[in-house]
Amino acid sequence: MSIKVEHITKNYGDFQALKDLSLDIPGGELVALLGPSGSGKTTLLRIIAGLEQPDSGRITFHGEDATSQSVGKRQVGFVFQHYALFRNMTVFENVAFGLRVKPRRERLPESVIRAKVHQLLKLVQMEWYADRYPSQLSGGQRQRIALARALAVEPKVLLLDEPFGALDAKVRKELRRWIRQLHDEIHITSIFVTHDQEEALEVADRVVVMNNGRIEQIGTPEEVYEHPANLFVYQFLGDINLFQGRVDGNRIKVGNSEVAFPELAGMAIPDDKTAIAYARPHELEVYGESHGENAIEAEVRHVRVIGPTVRLELRRRDNGGYLDAELSKERFHELKVRVGERVFVELRNLKIFVEDYQI
Amino acid sequence: MRKTQSILPGFGPALGYTLTYISLVLLIPLAMVFLKTLTMSWETFWRTVTDPRVLASYRLSFLASFLGASINGIFGLLLAWVLVRYRFPGQRIIDALLDLPFAMPTAVAGIALTTLYSTNGWFGRYLENIGIKVAYTPLGVVVALTFIGLPFVVRTIQPVLQDLDKEYEEAAASLGASRWQTFSRVIFPALVPSWLTGFALAFARALGEYGSVVFISGNMPMRTEITPLLIRTKLEQFDYTGATAIALVMMIISFILLLIINLLQNWNRRRMASH
Repeated sequence: MSIKVEHITKNYGDFQALKDLSLDIPGGELVALLGPSGSGKTTLLRIIAGLEQPDSGRITFHGEDATSQSVGKRQVGFVFQHYALFRNMTVFENVAFGLRVKPRRERLPESVIRAKVHQLLKLVQMEWYADRYPSQLSGGQRQRIALARALAVEPKVLLLDEPFGALDAKVRKELRRWIRQLHDEIHITSIFVTHDQEEALEVADRVVVMNNGRIEQIGTPEEVYEHPANLFVYQFLGDINLFQGRVDGNRIKVGNSEVAFPELAGMAIPDDKTAIAYARPHELEVYGESHGENAIEAEVRHVRVIGPTVRLELRRRDNGGYLDAELSKERFHELKVRVGERVFVELRNLKIFVEDYQI
Repeated sequence: MRKTQSILPGFGPALGYTLTYISLVLLIPLAMVFLKTLTMSWETFWRTVTDPRVLASYRLSFLASFLGASINGIFGLLLAWVLVRYRFPGQRIIDALLDLPFAMPTAVAGIALTTLYSTNGWFGRYLENIGIKVAYTPLGVVVALTFIGLPFVVRTIQPVLQDLDKEYEEAAASLGASRWQTFSRVIFPALVPSWLTGFALAFARALGEYGSVVFISGNMPMRTEITPLLIRTKLEQFDYTGATAIALVMMIISFILLLIINLLQNWNRRRMASH
């Protein structure tokens, strides 16, 4: 089922949680709402669920206005960050809850409920735990039960609030993969909230990057990673090195070096305007000797070997700023640099951001 | 045999202190009741505690206390709910007022209630018109015992309700539960342990209450005479052993009832063993 969010605003006192936000989610997709805390992603999810009312704007489910529908009527499955499993009920009763509270006319016979719950427990690989209480389960297991409980009422949309937030790194990874597989099996429109870019990029079909109550970019994981719409998205999706510079025709002056940006030609940006050039750690090229004017001299401060890659922490000689560079192990051995030695960072493959201009 | 080590230090002193304290404050005085009763022969004891007047007082005391605690169980829950869930002007004042039945001399409460409910009192006047008599009837005893037990249920439920995460209610609502279903299946089960505690406290308090009841009940033998009053009457007639005999039986029944409530709670706690 497709979801349409139109011009939603939401304030908490003086704080603007969502600012005139619109979003289209096609049916059957697994979408991530990604953003730092306070970006409004959870508020948006709760408004879609009907747990929160927007101050203005409209929500439509498959073309039907749902703005004033209560959460119970919207047919959404909501998985809470801390699972919110009912502690006084067994796993079985938790999953059966949504089926048992239906009005008598719609309620399924007991035998059908039992069969359905067992089928769901099988789906989430928890069929042996039917008689346990939530307090006897691990975090990952609780998450699966919360999911089975939400799926029991056959929701049209599945909403997950930080579904992996409270789990340790290994369980997180497993569950992430498993949710992706589950979605490929049952194809229910799903939206999950996360602040972890890796999680969003790995699991989702589409990523909605949010900041300050607005959407910064919507796209496939590849699109947002490779072609970030702006500096925020670029910064949020991974480590980044920033170079403050000034515009000079179609060149940017960074420290004592100059880099040519052919794309600046014809944009008529006034000289001396502040520009920010940026590159990810693996995009920096590090050399033992300078060959060219567009290199920055730096000193190696730390060397960290993480599996097949080597991370260098560099300190610029010109302004004392720090840079992160990531090399392959082979390249590092070729370089033969040690802590305290001098290297040159070639400014290439940079992206550029000039305030007020779209580049 | 190896001594098992506990992570918390001072198990020995702590237990020793607890036992001494309980002995001094609780067990020795209770044992005196027991010892004093032992000076009676079995026949006199049996005759004393099965006297129809005594039996009638037991019935009234336990029944009225149970009713009072039940009324507080229902309305205390409601009060706690309102105080925790809603914001309204004067809330703080009402919250503070709730503890007054603890602070007030019980005789004052008794006189106030009697004045209100007697035939020409503010309430009694109108209740009389519809044929309900409160003062000087067993109903008056229930009213007094409800009054003095009010704070218990409210005060035990309040903190639990405050800590109850809103997520549980939202989860129930998102699964299609009505408000009543959410309350009866999700919220109330979470409150049961503290609700039972509050009920037990109110019940126990009502059993021992004397001061407020004697004014409103009229103390008619066989009809509105509560056990604590009967004990006092015996004492005034210097029948000390008779008084302790009645007290002993009351103590044993109370203990059994409170034990049952405790076991109920334990069973409930084990069922949803928190981690």
